[in-house]
Amino acid sequence: MDLNIFWFAVLGILLAGYAILDGFDLGVGILHLLARGDSERRVFLNSIGPLWDGNEVWLVTFGGALFAAFPHAYATVFSGFYLAFMLLLFALIFRAVSLEFRSKMESPQWRSAWDTAFFVSSAVATLLFGVAIGNSIRGIPIGPDKEFAGTFLGLLRPYPILVGIFAVSLFAMHGSIYLYLKTEGDLQKRVRGWMWHAFGIFLVLYLLTTIFTLAAHPEAIANFRNIPWAWIVVVLNVLAIANIPRAIYMERAGYAFLSSAATIAALVFLFGVGLFPNLVVSSLRPEWSLDIYNAASSQKTLSIMRIIAFIGMPFVLAYTTVIYWVFRGKVEIGKFSY
Amino acid sequence: MGLDVVLLSRVQFALTIMFHYIFPPLTIGLGILMVFMEAMYHKTRDRQYEAMARFWTKIFAVNFALGVASGIVMEFQFGTNWSTYSRFVGDIFGSALAAEGIFAFFLESGFLAVLVFGWDKVSPGMHLFSTIMVSLGSIFSAVWIVIANSWQQTPAGYRIVGEGSAARAELTDFWAVVFNPSSMNRLGHVLIGAFILGGFFVMSIAAYYILRKRHLDFAKKSFTIALVVATVFSLLQLVSGHDQAQTVAATQPAKMAAFEGIYRTTQDGAPLYLFGVPNNAKERVGGGLGVPGLLSFLISGDASRPVPGLDRFPREDWPPVPLTFQTYHAMVALGFFFIALTLLAAFFLWRRILFETRWLLWIFVFAVIGPYLANQLGWLAAEFGRQPWIVYGLLRTSDGVSKSVPASHVLGSIVLFSIVYLLLFLIWIYVMDRKIRQGPEEIAELPPEKLRGKGFFLAAAGGRGESMTGSSEPRK
Ligand code: HDD
Ligand code: HEM
Ligand code: HEM
Repeated sequence: MDLNIFWFAVLGILLAGYAILDGFDLGVGILHLLARGDSERRVFLNSIGPLWDGNEVWLVTFGGALFAAFPHAYATVFSGFYLAFMLLLFALIFRAVSLEFRSKMESPQWRSAWDTAFFVSSAVATLLFGVAIGNSIRGIPIGPDKEFAGTFLGLLRPYPILVGIFAVSLFAMHGSIYLYLKTEGDLQKRVRGWMWHAFGIFLVLYLLTTIFTLAAHPEAIANFRNIPWAWIVVVLNVLAIANIPRAIYMERAGYAFLSSAATIAALVFLFGVGLFPNLVVSSLRPEWSLDIYNAASSQKTLSIMRIIAFIGMPFVLAYTTVIYWVFRGKVEIGKFSY
Repeated sequence: MGLDVVLLSRVQFALTIMFHYIFPPLTIGLGILMVFMEAMYHKTRDRQYEAMARFWTKIFAVNFALGVASGIVMEFQFGTNWSTYSRFVGDIFGSALAAEGIFAFFLESGFLAVLVFGWDKVSPGMHLFSTIMVSLGSIFSAVWIVIANSWQQTPAGYRIVGEGSAARAELTDFWAVVFNPSSMNRLGHVLIGAFILGGFFVMSIAAYYILRKRHLDFAKKSFTIALVVATVFSLLQLVSGHDQAQTVAATQPAKMAAFEGIYRTTQDGAPLYLFGVPNNAKERVGGGLGVPGLLSFLISGDASRPVPGLDRFPREDWPPVPLTFQTYHAMVALGFFFIALTLLAAFFLWRRILFETRWLLWIFVFAVIGPYLANQLGWLAAEFGRQPWIVYGLLRTSDGVSKSVPASHVLGSIVLFSIVYLLLFLIWIYVMDRKIRQGPEEIAELPPEKLRGKGFFLAAAGGRGESMTGSSEPRK
């Protein structure tokens, strides 16, 4: 396969992996303040405690791989979205720290301050991811020198914001299903209620976003003409979404979780198909867009990196599986918990 | 003059990397000590070792979290603030960062979960394995990041394509990049620096317990292990540093001249200053004490060999001499201090008077600041000395910054980083302090060993009975 296409695909896989895995722990963060009292909140934190850092590494690796494979895209996007990225970084810093420090002290003020920080940072991070995706679909002002030529406020248009809110609802739903799997008793009953609400909100926003995309950015689906089999994924996506309420209704939360994971994967896939072969669309002139050829590293780097990926990824998958296996089952609060 | 984007971006980079670099050396250094302690537990079933492993794991986890939080910033900072640089080095630097993610971060963060939360979930063997993996992961991350940095210092295995601002370094030889002239030396030096820190860190806390007459058994054992590690690596660091200096002299002569304040190329042997104040205006080192010929001797083995001075380089290619000189000298001075201190303590240990010598223990309580400083100073010297180049000889720092980011935005982010990092730093100190005050669990308080293997006999032999009495003793 063409190396550039290969790396486009790998980035897609890393992004999907990140969205599915960190998606549920961001979702738990978004729902965090709904938990009542200290012990429930500790259940929430400990449901993701051993896993969130490994999940975040998908993002870190995505960043590294983007830098290595498509340095121009890395450079343009990160310097162009400067303020947005700084915000994102602060959100990620606070998330990591609030998880780690919250339970280190008994004081209720200390704990509720970190609880709030945890919620805000999770919600803001998710929102910003969505805004970034929205802007990628819309295109951003890129000049002939591959540099960003817009402003921060220019990134906050209605469409990207809608995608941002959609992302929050998606992760909240995903996180609620995860929590349902991890909790028991009374708490689990309440989580079940949130699951329905989260799904309802998600569904409404999904429809809105889809309509808005088709109406305002028809170019996003132009590729579907060249790649007709992508329609299969559209259908699968709809089926996966439809399966979520069915599985919840039938008390098969495991299936519901798989379905929402499949939904996320399908959405990332469709996003990739829409974008291909571009990485960053210039809203000024199509020929100024950064694509997988004019933004790429040398073929030599791409091929060496492919070897590295082939050596490394099996290990990553193997021990990710082992670790999810070790921490399967309901949350137990013990000596080593947060 | 308005705000200078280049200067601000440099300040921001220095601030964020220096903050990040508070944590990784401890992770790396403490990691190998934890592996050792847990392996000893595994072998001897002496539960004192288990208590040690558990206690240091808690300290480790706090540091790790902050390392992660500050590390994410580093990963994206090249793109946000140094985007022209990122375009230039993407081929090479990007690959190293990606390899770090794939080979190191996944390993570390995955097994960290087992390390911290898995005591009751996995067998002791699996737990030991996880500890080893985390330690290995932290070493791997040093490997890749140091390779990337070393390539900036001594580029190799590339060719330049394109002209002017569109120029890029393209990879031609992967192994030449990995084994560039300074990478393996530097890696050794960085790792040894981290091991020294790990040793001093453990000794600091252990010395405090001994002085306070708490957890004596635990503290003495920890101290002894850490002392051995610190002594060995302090001595090795001298060898490795000397090696480094020779590499610098060969590959970055302007940096070497700045390290030692050699303004004019010497006629015969160059002196080695023990201390001094380089003066750029007068082009000489004032108030210093130099050992004649020693620098030449150290670099080339010949005390009368001339050493090229800064006069060989146009003024605009000079590193900031006073800063480079002082940071470098402070690091080396600290290195000698560690050697003296650890040898003294080792001697006292051998005479069996170490744990009664209170003044020496007090020195160790505070000496941990030394390796923290030395690690930071070493990087400062290496990075100052590389200026004005961001990639030595190929790309100037002033040409590496992002073109689309205005100075005001960088200033804004510096202000925010300063506030947030200060806050995190204070919380870190506070939480560490509490953990240290709480101290390790007494053996009797440890949860009973799983009824597995030898643990079964211990449990049968009444190990549990002790814990009933043990836990009645109040713990602060
Ligand atoms: C992977 C690469 C890398 C690594 C591991 C480090 N640096 Fe660095 N450093 C750079 C890559 C870099 C850079 C991107 O190349 C900078 C940015 C601007 C510059 O001149 O070089 C830089 C600049 C820079 C500056 C500003 C230099 C100046 O203004 O003259 C300081 C003070 C440091 N660094 C300090 C550190 C410290 C304390 C490190 C310890 C971990 C460190 N660097 C590791
Ligand atoms: C500018 C260069 C650097 C970048 C881009 C960088 C990037 C990162 C990132 C993204 C993380 C978090 C990974 C996670 O989520 O688990 C991290 C942690 C870590 N980094 Fe760095 N880092 C840099 C410098 C260094 C240096 C110089 C060292 C050591 C010599 C180092 C060693 C580590 C280690 C051991 C960790 C694990 C967490 C910890 O110990 O605190 N890094 N780094
Ligand atoms: C004992 C005497 C020592 C000597 C002669 C020495 C020598 C050197 C030299 C020449 C460099 C610069 C390398 C370059 O710019 O390419 C350096 C860097 C450094 N040193 Fe030392 N050093 C000594 C002790 C220490 C100690 C005790 C520590 C930490 C505990 C330390 C930590 C570092 C670090 C982190 C760097 C930056 C990374 C690097 O460039 O390797 N050094 N050292």
